[in-house]
Amino acid sequence: MVKRPSLSGWPGALVLLVFLAAAPSFLPVYWVLLGTEILIMGLFAMSFNLLFGYTGLLSFGQGGLLGVGAYTAALLMTHGVTSLWLVLLASVGAAAVTALLVGFLCVRRDEIFFAMLSLALGMMLFTVAHNWREVTGGSDGLPVFSVPPVVLGPWRVSLFAPASAYYFVLFWAVAGALFLWALVRSPFGLILTAVRENKERLSFSGANVKAVRLAAFVTAGALAGLAGFLLCLFNRMATPDMLHWSFSARPVLMTILGGAGTFLGPAVGAAIFFVLEHWVTTFTENWMIVLGAILIPVVLFFPEGIWGTLLHAFRNRRCGTP
Amino acid sequence: MESLLTNTLNGLSWGMLLFLISVGLTTIFGVLGVLNFAHGSLFMLGAYGTLTVMHLFPSFWAGVLIAPLATALLGMALEVTLLRRVYGRDVSYQLLLTFAVLLVLDDAVRIIWGPAYHVVDPPALLSGTVPLFAHSYPVYRLFLIAVGPVLGLALWAFFSWTRWGKIIRAAAQDREMAEGVGIRVPLLFTLVFGLGAWLAALGGALAAPHQSVGPAMGERIIIESFIVVVVGGLGSFPGAFAGALVLGLLEAFGTTFAGRVQMALPYLLLALVLLVRPRGLLGREV
Repeated sequence: MVKRPSLSGWPGALVLLVFLAAAPSFLPVYWVLLGTEILIMGLFAMSFNLLFGYTGLLSFGQGGLLGVGAYTAALLMTHGVTSLWLVLLASVGAAAVTALLVGFLCVRRDEIFFAMLSLALGMMLFTVAHNWREVTGGSDGLPVFSVPPVVLGPWRVSLFAPASAYYFVLFWAVAGALFLWALVRSPFGLILTAVRENKERLSFSGANVKAVRLAAFVTAGALAGLAGFLLCLFNRMATPDMLHWSFSARPVLMTILGGAGTFLGPAVGAAIFFVLEHWVTTFTENWMIVLGAILIPVVLFFPEGIWGTLLHAFRNRRCGTP
Repeated sequence: MESLLTNTLNGLSWGMLLFLISVGLTTIFGVLGVLNFAHGSLFMLGAYGTLTVMHLFPSFWAGVLIAPLATALLGMALEVTLLRRVYGRDVSYQLLLTFAVLLVLDDAVRIIWGPAYHVVDPPALLSGTVPLFAHSYPVYRLFLIAVGPVLGLALWAFFSWTRWGKIIRAAAQDREMAEGVGIRVPLLFTLVFGLGAWLAALGGALAAPHQSVGPAMGERIIIESFIVVVVGGLGSFPGAFAGALVLGLLEAFGTTFAGRVQMALPYLLLALVLLVRPRGLLGREV
């Protein structure tokens, strides 16, 4: 599915980055907020695709790990932790540790069994968030009333203004994407692809398949925790539905929409998802039927996803092959 | 003692409904190799269809007869137009295609029947209660407990002894060989998917007087039936029966005794089975 990403896309990536950085200066506030959400969910979907597109593991429990990050952030902030860096570190750490435990169990199974096991464990995390009312606030969620400012040396930046929240999220989304980029281009990234393509052969040549899968699971989980931390800041609360399987299905849908076989596909899928939702809900509240109606032909006829198909067509034209 | 009996009966009646839904799911998986995410939506269509039929002809039995057949037709149309194209593809794409179908069907239900919850009364013959120690127990639930094994046995006899049953099992075991000996496998797959859809919708029709009919019922039941078929063993027929009983009883007793942990119990069961015995209680070696 995924080829090793080459550096040939760098002019496009640069244009994208300049556009994203300039966006708040010419977009209305509503679109800045939408853009922030796209960046968070795009990061979440890309972290999911490290498992799905690169390692071949369809996880239906990533929402649980995002939720661990979100609840860790909400709990620390409501209990008076004033350093945002500490909150961030703890959220990512908590999600990574949870991913280590969940992954330790999940990586033993393949395909549908892996999907079901990750769903089961994710839903167990959901029931903790939903039912442990004293700590998590139960089904109402855990609101955060004051978000500590970002402290950068002598500067203190409040995240209250939409634009500053956007730039904060943009920084972390880009950092997460660069990290993933370096990871999938590294020898470790090649081993992940080998796990997906032929794990028997890989284990015969001496690799510990379970350990490789676990490492991918923990990495994806830590990034899901980062996305959860950002989502908690953005929504000013952590809610149990972030951990529900239907939330875990979102990065799956976004990845399919954009294309699991390309590096940026899941993030493009997230953008398509939110822009489409915004557009469709202006004239009907039945957005799910439209999403389903779009996904069916994508799965049937464009398994490379919308972004993947476009990229493919573009490359073929440039190379002169039909 | 009394709560023990009530919980057992509650668990059995719920388990039998779960069985009706899961047996269709497991049959489709066993023969077509597709785990149908939209199965819960077909279940829901059975319930809503019964509701509509009961408005036209004021008879519950007319609903039980007509709604599942209509859903089976819809199911066959889905198989011919969509599912057929992904049989050879990766499991995740099959799962995602049926998930997209779920999104469409669930929202279509919301458009056609609205977001409100509906109550369906059991038919006169099965309404009311029977005395049970100092309390009483609804007749309809006892009826469900009886329906499950009867339908299960009928299906089991169908698959074991009839010509059609044998053909289906042959196609499930080796598709190419079945085609080689002249079985029209594509048609057979359509019919099997129709049978699965019929069973799901029958479960929905029979569930209508047991619980309220609402737009969320499909989403809730699909995960439970996934749990049933995995716990029992994917593709295994007696496994679906065992899995449904275990889950039904676990949920009934969990409500009484487990308090807040109750919600996590089905997932705990699913995770345990997947870790210790991934082929399920009665499944074949994978």
